Formats: sequence, C-alpha cells, structure tokens
Amino acid sequence: MKNFLRTLLLLIIFIGFPFKSYTAEKVEYLKTDWTFKGLFGKFDRGSLQRGYQVYTEVCSSCHSMKYLSYRNLAEKGGPEFTEAQAKAIAASFEVTDGPNADGEMFTRPGKLSDKFVKPYENVKAAQAANGGAYPPDMSVLVKARGGGVDYIYSLLQGYEDPPSGITLDDGVYYNKYMYGNKIKMPNQLSDGLVEYADGTEASIEQMSKDVTTFLMWSAEPHLESRHKMGFKAITYLIILTILVYFSMKRIWSRVETEV
Amino acid sequence: MSEKKTNRRDFLFTATYAVGAVGVGAVVWPMIDQMNPDASVKALASTEVDVSSLNPGKTITVLWRGKPVFIRRRTQEEIAEAKSVKLEDLKDPQKDEDRAKDPEWLVMLGVCTHLGCVPLDQKGDYNGWFCPCHGSHYDTSGRIRKGPAPTNMEIPKYEFVNANTIKIG
Amino acid sequence: MSDHEYTPKSKFGKWFNDRLPLLSLASHLTDYPTPKNLNYWWTFGGILTFCLITQIVTGLVLAMHYIAHADMAFDSVEHIMRDVNYGWLIRYIHANGASMFFLAVYIHIFRSLFYGSYKSPREVIWIIGIIIYLLMMAAAFMGYVLPWGQMSFWGATVITNLFSAIPLVGEGIVTWLWGGYSVDNPTLTRFFTLHYLIPFLILGLVVLHIWALHVPGNNNPVGIDIQKPSKDTVPFHPYIVIKDGFALLMFSIVFAFFVFYTPNILGHADNYIEADPLVTPAHIVPEWYLLPFYAILRSVPDKLLGVVAMLSAIFILAALPWLDTSKIRSAVFRPLYRQFYWILVADVLILGYVGAMPAEGLYLLIARVATAYYFLHFLVILPVLGFKEKTLPIPLSITEPVLGGSSNFALAKNKKKFE
Repeated sequence: MKNFLRTLLLLIIFIGFPFKSYTAEKVEYLKTDWTFKGLFGKFDRGSLQRGYQVYTEVCSSCHSMKYLSYRNLAEKGGPEFTEAQAKAIAASFEVTDGPNADGEMFTRPGKLSDKFVKPYENVKAAQAANGGAYPPDMSVLVKARGGGVDYIYSLLQGYEDPPSGITLDDGVYYNKYMYGNKIKMPNQLSDGLVEYADGTEASIEQMSKDVTTFLMWSAEPHLESRHKMGFKAITYLIILTILVYFSMKRIWSRVETEV
Repeated sequence: MSEKKTNRRDFLFTATYAVGAVGVGAVVWPMIDQMNPDASVKALASTEVDVSSLNPGKTITVLWRGKPVFIRRRTQEEIAEAKSVKLEDLKDPQKDEDRAKDPEWLVMLGVCTHLGCVPLDQKGDYNGWFCPCHGSHYDTSGRIRKGPAPTNMEIPKYEFVNANTIKIG
Repeated sequence: MSDHEYTPKSKFGKWFNDRLPLLSLASHLTDYPTPKNLNYWWTFGGILTFCLITQIVTGLVLAMHYIAHADMAFDSVEHIMRDVNYGWLIRYIHANGASMFFLAVYIHIFRSLFYGSYKSPREVIWIIGIIIYLLMMAAAFMGYVLPWGQMSFWGATVITNLFSAIPLVGEGIVTWLWGGYSVDNPTLTRFFTLHYLIPFLILGLVVLHIWALHVPGNNNPVGIDIQKPSKDTVPFHPYIVIKDGFALLMFSIVFAFFVFYTPNILGHADNYIEADPLVTPAHIVPEWYLLPFYAILRSVPDKLLGVVAMLSAIFILAALPWLDTSKIRSAVFRPLYRQFYWILVADVLILGYVGAMPAEGLYLLIARVATAYYFLHFLVILPVLGFKEKTLPIPLSITEPVLGGSSNFALAKNKKKFE
C-alpha cells in the first residue's frame, strides 16, 4: 500500500511539471497578495468594484468584454453591486436593438440582460483604429495568458524606456514583462488617473491590482462557489473514504489475507 | 475466519451506505439542474410593445419567452358580451374584470391550455378564439367555453408603461 | 467462470431468467472468483470503468449546451461556463476527467507490463485493451478540438497533417478529413460527431474486455494460475467491490482537487483564445498524455518515418504477448526484467518530458536516445531476456510458499517489496 501510494504521488507530480516549466517565461513577475487564491479564496468586493471602474473608464475604450452582461455585476460571487446600481450602470450605456416594426435598428438605454457594450463593431474596425493591432477581448484574458493574474498585473506596471540598442517602431512600446518586450498598447495607467468612488488612492499599483482582480472574476465568475463546493466535496470524500476503509477492513477480516 | 458477527444492522455499514447515498444524490442534482433554464434565459428581459396604432377590434401577436401573446383591443360589444356571461356557465369561472384590468385591452398568452397549440382569432362559437388542434372554443375574454381545454388562456404579468406602451413580463 | 448453475428462487425470476438470463449474469458477476492476493494496482480496472461512465454522463450533458459550429463553439463553451446551471462544474469534470482517465489507463497498462498480464492465455484481453487505448486517444484528441480555441485549431491542423506523410494519397486524405482546404467548420462538426460516437464504441469494447477476462480469470501479483478456487479466491462481491470502491474514493479525492482547485493546470492557456487561422501559437504541445508519442514523432527527422515511428510505438504493444518470450508472468520472479521494466518506465517519463520541451539542442538528443531505447526494449531486450534470464523459483499456489528454504526466503523478500 505504501509503495503504491508513493509511486502514485510521483506520477501525479510528474504530470504538472512540464507545463509549469514551459508556460512560465523566464522573467520574474511582480507579486501581490491575491485574496482569491487558496482553498478558501474569495474576491475582495471593493477591489472588484474599483476594478470595474478602471475597466469602464480606461480599458473599455479599446477592449471588449463580450461574455459579460450587466446582470453579472449584481450576481453573487462578483462585484455584488446592488440590483439598483447594476440597473443604473446598464442604463448609462446606449445599446443597439432592433429591428423595430419598421425594420430599422434603434438605440435604447441598456438593461441588465444586455451584454457589455463593445467599443468596436468588429475585429476589422478595432484593428483599423489601433494601427493594425487588435485589442483582445478581456472576458477570459487571464486564463488565456500563461502567467495569469501575475502576468497581467506586472504588464500594466512594466512600461519602461527601452534599453539602449533597442529601437522601437512608431506605435510600439517597451514593456519588460511582455513576451518579446514589444507591445502595441501604450502605457495606460498614471497615478490618480481615476477617482475611486470609495476614496481609495488610485496609484498605478492599486489600479493594476483592482483591474486584474476584476479580470480574474470575469474569467472565472464561479470561482467562489467552486472553492466552497470543493471544500465540501473533498471533506465529504475523505469522510466516506474513512468509512469505506473500515468497512473494507471489517469485510476482509473474514479471510486471512491482508488488504 | 473471524468470529465477529456482521449483520445488516451493523452501524459501520449503515453509516457507510447512508453517507454514500448522500453523495450520489449530491452528484446527480447538478446533472438534473443543468437542464433547467440557465441564467441568461432567466434574465431575459421583458418585452415592450407599442400599441398606439392598434384599432378597436384588432389583435396583434407578439413573441414573449418564445410564446405568442395576443394583445386585443376589444370593441364595446365584445366587452359587454364578456361581462354578461354568468360565472355558473363557465368551466373555469373567472370574472372578465380579473382578466382585463382595462376592459378595452385583453393581454393573454396565446396558447391553448389543452396541449399548447395557438388558437385562431375571431373563430369559434363564442366570437373569441378557436383552437384548430382539438376544437376548444374560447370567448371574448379568452375563457374556455367548449372543448377539451381545462382552463382559460393564461394572463401574463403586464403593465402599461404609458398610454401607448405595454410591458409584458 | 462460476461453476455452479444459478437458479432464481422466485417463480417469476425463474420464468424471466429462462428467457433472458440477466439474473444468471448478475450472479456470475457477484460470485466471480477473484484471486485474494490482488494488490491495489488491480483496482484501476474499476477506476477506469468509473472514468468512462463519468466522461459519458458529463459529455452527454455538455452536448445539450454545446454548439458544434466554428462561429459559435467557443461562445457556447463560455455560455456553459457562465450561465448553465453547474455548467462550469460539469465542464471541468469532463476536461479534467480526460486526464484522470489517461492517468488511470497508464497505471493499468504498466501494471499489466509488470505482472505479465498480457501473456497467454490473456492475449485477447490485452489486444482489446490496446484498441481501447487507441480509441481513447482519438476521442481525447477530437474532444480537445471542440472548444475551438487556438490549441484546438492548431492541434487539429498538426495532427491531421500527419496523414499527409502518406505517399501519393496523403494530401487527398487530409483534404477528405478536413472537408475543405483547411481545418474549418466541416472538420469541427465531424469531429463532434465522432467524439460523441467513440465513447460508446469504447463501452462496447470494455464489455468484451471484461468478458475475455472472465474466461481465464484475473492474473495476480504472483502470476501463477489458480490451483484451488475455494482456497485462493474470494467472491467479487463484497470483497473486491469494497476494495475497488475504497481505491476509487482515494482516486476521486485527487480528481476533485484538480476540478475544484486547479481546473486549468492540465490545459493550455492558448486554448482560451478563440481559434484564429492566421496566427499559430508560439509552442504547440498536445495534452500531457500524448507527449511521449509526440516526442517520438519529433525525434525522427523525416516526415513519413516520424509518423511511422509514432504509430509503431503504439502498435508494437499489440505484439507484446509474442515479443516477450519468458514463460514466467510476474516480474516478482524475474530479477532482470524487473530492472528493465523500471528503465522503461523512466524512459517513457523522459519521452513525456522532452515532448513538452522545444525540439532542439539537448532535448532533441535526449528524445532520440529515449526513442531508440523504447524500441530496443520491446524488439531486442524482451525477446532475448526470455531465453537468457535466470528466474526465481515460483510458488506452487498463490497462498502457499515455494518449497525449499532459500527460495522461500527470496519470495518472502520480494513479496514484501512488490505488494
């Protein structure tokens, strides 16, 4: 049994390894304490609400979040705006609807069931407005990057003057955390760029952390229930395993063989 | 062989079975619940209908939650006819006042309560609706009068947002 | 096989059983005599059945919400993850379930290699097993295409292009597989259809696998035939059922940990980017369970020969019952084979590791050596070993020690080590 467990453990460790060493780039990302990590990790509501503010005021002029709806803002496990707040947020956006009885499209204030309004009609329009680069949709961005939240958090703070010897084309910027160090998105954040509703000081670091937390939630909106359910499920499995173990011992005690 | 008696009432086995059964239930539930309406369907907005161009004696049909909703602007004769019916004569007794808040406007789910077909407007023995599938006759208030349908056509939740707009849902 | 004829007690039971012997089958399965010395490596058969059922059930559920269309597949997966009730749970179980399935099947295969379970009279069980394994790889590959992310798209492109290595008809076959001139919507819909079909083929083969197993009965850690069923075996129910159940629960704890706490660790970040036919991701890697074969493919510098080597690496397993010339089944009594066995395990792990690394420099060299050794093991070492190896004395029955003091001692020592 011991031998069996040891071998099993080694095998399990082995599966995770090649990817760890492969996906992580050689650069060391900036670290911060994420509240959503760990067995009981939860989102910091204040941070999510502030992150939403940063997204709307800064990112949303170029980046879409096509999988989010305004109703998500009021859902449990998210920023948890009140229903009234979420309705007001939705109503502050002009949504294209239709066609109406005359066959024409029209705009109306947003509703909870509407998806987040996109900055551009389509990918081509986004590219045309951004010098050929397509600002990616940010709904699942955190999961689509090997470094995850640490990468996004670092990238937002990673703008620097290029080291001597590196020349940059027009519309290309130097970022020490970007793969290949060349990025087409200019530095967006500066101290005090937004005025947080809750009075938190809007430093570059704070805004990076808040918006990254918001992106983590948008990529994994059920993270909190997943963690909660996981704890229950594993506790349950351990209890049942113990019960079955003793039942097994009892049953096998009828024959001489060890089990 | 062990001397230990192991019978069915053994606490250990009972506990194991019981705990195991709880787990099976907990695993089965998500597999069932996934077929219920999902969050995006539940959040689907109410429908707003502009009825300003609807004349008395006409019906429009709009789609709400994938089902037709009849909005009829009734004539005075129809209203009078609906109100004159004695409750004893009805299979599913319901006053017309309870079905049409504003007697001029009848808003109801255009689905036959028998097996879900869409009844035809201004047909049947009671000047209301007639379901061609199995011959149910509804009156000018959408109440079942004859045929296999068990109940009156359903009235959805609706309100007048303003004089010209009805919000269903 | 149970040797006694089963007769139902009730009159109706008898009437029914005469017409469809379901009760006899149930009785056979519960009474099935199982060697009492099976260790925990034998519980993976049951665990694999659990994995297959889990994949089929969660897969059916996902198929109720998934849309197999190039424009909507990615969106529908996100819809499952966000809006469908428990959709995230079901999808994460299905995605990680594939990895768990392969983890279990590899343990199952290597158990068989160690204890010689593929040898006479169990060759047919083994070959059915290899077919199941092949179908699993096909199902897993096509399943990975369905979310229509970047890895899905480029994985599909790379793997289907393997067929273009076939001389003359290769290009035609690839176009036929795609239903177009590149991986596109027709490819996605047919992959979805096949991904849906294959698990049921696997289910059928599993029935045959178990049927074929119940003819000679289980092999066991000592590797010798059952002499006295009454003494050497226990009925499948409740003894093996509870033991398999216990092992399955332990396995489920690991499974649950992946699903609830690191659901994406076994996947690849690029697959959360929607498929883009204009941009290839920087590193294309298959899922971990296909890495050893991927390493073999890349270690051969010729396109056709690389594909041949990769396929041979799988098909060579089917010939194993005849490549291994030793009469002794269990490695417990084969001191030399035991060492080569562990070298093979290490070799496959190394192949998996270099499969995940870029195919250049030292990695490529290691991959080539490991590939060469893989074939050497099956084609040279195993056949020769059967003739050259001096095996230890085997016991007379699985419950009785061997005759003679010294060998008795060796057995006791080995038993301790490998149980």
